[in-house]
Amino acid sequence: MSGPSTYNPSTGIEKWLDERLPIIRLGYDSFVDFPTPRNLNYWWTFGGILAIFLMIQIVSGIVLAMHYVAHEDYAFESVQRITRDVPFGWLIQSMHANGASFFFVAVYLHMFRGLYYGSYKAPREILWILGVVIYLLMMATGFMGYVLPWGQMSYWGAMVITNLIGALPFVGEAIREWLWGGFSVGQATLNRFFSLHYLLPFVIAAVVGLHIWALHVPGNGNPVGLEVKSKKDTLPFHPYYTVKDGFAIIVYLMIFAVFVFFMPNVLGHADNFIPADPLVTPAHIVPEWYYLPFYAILRAIDFGIGPIDAKLGGVLAMFGAIGILFVLPWLDTSKVRSMRYRPLTRWFFIFFVVAALGLGWCGAKNPDDFVLGIEGFKFIYLAKFLTAYYFGYFIVILPVLGIIEKPKERPASIEAAVLGTDKA
Amino acid sequence: MKMTRIFAAAIAALGFAGSAAALEGDQHAPHEHHWHHDGPFGTYDTSAVQRGYQIYQEVCASCHSMDLMRFRNLGQQGGPFASDMFPNPNDNPIVMQIAASYTRVWDQDEVNDDGDPVERAGLPSDTFPAPFANQQMARASNGGAYPPDLSLIVKARTGGENYIYSLLTGYEDAPEDSHLAAGQYYNPYFAGGAIAMAPPLAEGIIEYADGTEATVEQMAEDVTTFLSWAGDPHMEKRKQLGVMVLIYLLIFAILVYLAYRQVWANVKH
Repeated sequence: MSGPSTYNPSTGIEKWLDERLPIIRLGYDSFVDFPTPRNLNYWWTFGGILAIFLMIQIVSGIVLAMHYVAHEDYAFESVQRITRDVPFGWLIQSMHANGASFFFVAVYLHMFRGLYYGSYKAPREILWILGVVIYLLMMATGFMGYVLPWGQMSYWGAMVITNLIGALPFVGEAIREWLWGGFSVGQATLNRFFSLHYLLPFVIAAVVGLHIWALHVPGNGNPVGLEVKSKKDTLPFHPYYTVKDGFAIIVYLMIFAVFVFFMPNVLGHADNFIPADPLVTPAHIVPEWYYLPFYAILRAIDFGIGPIDAKLGGVLAMFGAIGILFVLPWLDTSKVRSMRYRPLTRWFFIFFVVAALGLGWCGAKNPDDFVLGIEGFKFIYLAKFLTAYYFGYFIVILPVLGIIEKPKERPASIEAAVLGTDKA
Repeated sequence: MKMTRIFAAAIAALGFAGSAAALEGDQHAPHEHHWHHDGPFGTYDTSAVQRGYQIYQEVCASCHSMDLMRFRNLGQQGGPFASDMFPNPNDNPIVMQIAASYTRVWDQDEVNDDGDPVERAGLPSDTFPAPFANQQMARASNGGAYPPDLSLIVKARTGGENYIYSLLTGYEDAPEDSHLAAGQYYNPYFAGGAIAMAPPLAEGIIEYADGTEATVEQMAEDVTTFLSWAGDPHMEKRKQLGVMVLIYLLIFAILVYLAYRQVWANVKH
């Protein structure tokens, strides 16, 4: 799709620059004239939304770092000083904290979009894998960012997560001490987390660059899952998709603003307004909501298998839940991209979304509590069932259905699907 | 608060209820109390914040610190003693008078020419004086319990204002089967039921400067309002700006939507 460039430098300065550094040409070909399938729906707007939120996080974060003190005695107070004494500090802090959540909401919707419309399939495997890398980096960045305010949940969350690493055989404890910079979560940990929390967003930005590069080679997928065949299938990115993405971004920002201005702490935890105290363990240690499904998977493995004990098994399952996304392009055997034309798989996908949300629910609850108060039906049982489905979806359902399922008839081209000359 | 609750319920329904940790066991759920500062347009009841400060000062401050508060906060925009005549709260005479009513060593690092710590009257820039020099001293004076700092207490407890209000008004005679240690009191709103804080409010322990009748409920409401303000002093500004931002974004969204319809008008998609 990245065919010959159509950029025509019109002024002398542009011509001069184009012969030396064709940066305007790059921008023009990538974001103005870029041929984009004409049938993209609103699920395709989350890429733009994510780009905006990466920028919001970086800019607000840089300002916060000007006032933050990465010291175990002052970190908590310095964050409070930001919200109290720094002009508009309350706004910047609220944008940054809630921005993380909105970043994750958008990335999850972006990923579900990819799963539903088969965006991971050839020739977009690298594009998908880079996306999973970005997601992993976001998880690491979000985790370390949550530690910085040095409240009770910051401290104990850091303790729980770093201790998980310690479950790895042979090297676990050494890695854990290396992460801590000592023998427990403390000053050294806070300092390095601050350093890495500042670094990783720029790594994310770099991988986003690769992600967009990898996108612009085959071009966008689309809801019918057919490749672009002719010019009639596409529209130039600008103005068609700049205006559509722009509208979606503004609507998303409105929801964001409702949280930032009217309920800035709803997504947080009350315990994080208590300064970190190594001597007092909170009654329930729960991670940020965006990690809850993985937390549920971790806790669902409460049994050992052979040499793997329950703790290591849980850790492997938790990392495996993300790791499996890397090989997804080769697990799905179907040649059909879009689930619009996969009547059976579509239902399994919908249940997969329900399972992911359900795991989030399990992660927020005490494993021994009863689901909806049903006597005997503990959350741990639900979590086990949903964990099995989560892995089953990738390991069994997608490979098998791709072979046995008879897909619906697909339109001849994107243009045909849009014009309805062909039954979609 | 309604909008907040609807959104919170929606989030909980989606299974994202990580923050809303369930209260355990026999602990009573807090009362649903109406607050003047509830809702997207709610503002602090300034006279309640003023009365609440009086209660903090005369009752709570004997055990509880408020380390994040400085006297000048009382006179800043949105604070209980804010005055248009004194946009700089450091010049506000009420604030100056409150600060000056405390004479002590404010800072061990502040020394005279002989190197001795300086005892002086408070300034608006000083923090609220803490009742104890350190945690050990606080515990020693309170039967081993540590009275928490109150700067953020409303945000730091699940249930927020309602929890604080319920706790302050919720002391009861201990049931037969409860096992209270010496120096513990029964309060079903407190996790575990046994709290080391004696019932802090009693009818008439205070005489309000503005003549309001000092019932336990009135005092609990006032001091909770004060603590809410202390934990979130920019709330009013935040909500006001939020309304303007949302109006701006709404107009922007409508314009962009119309542009979108225009651009795509002749394109099948």
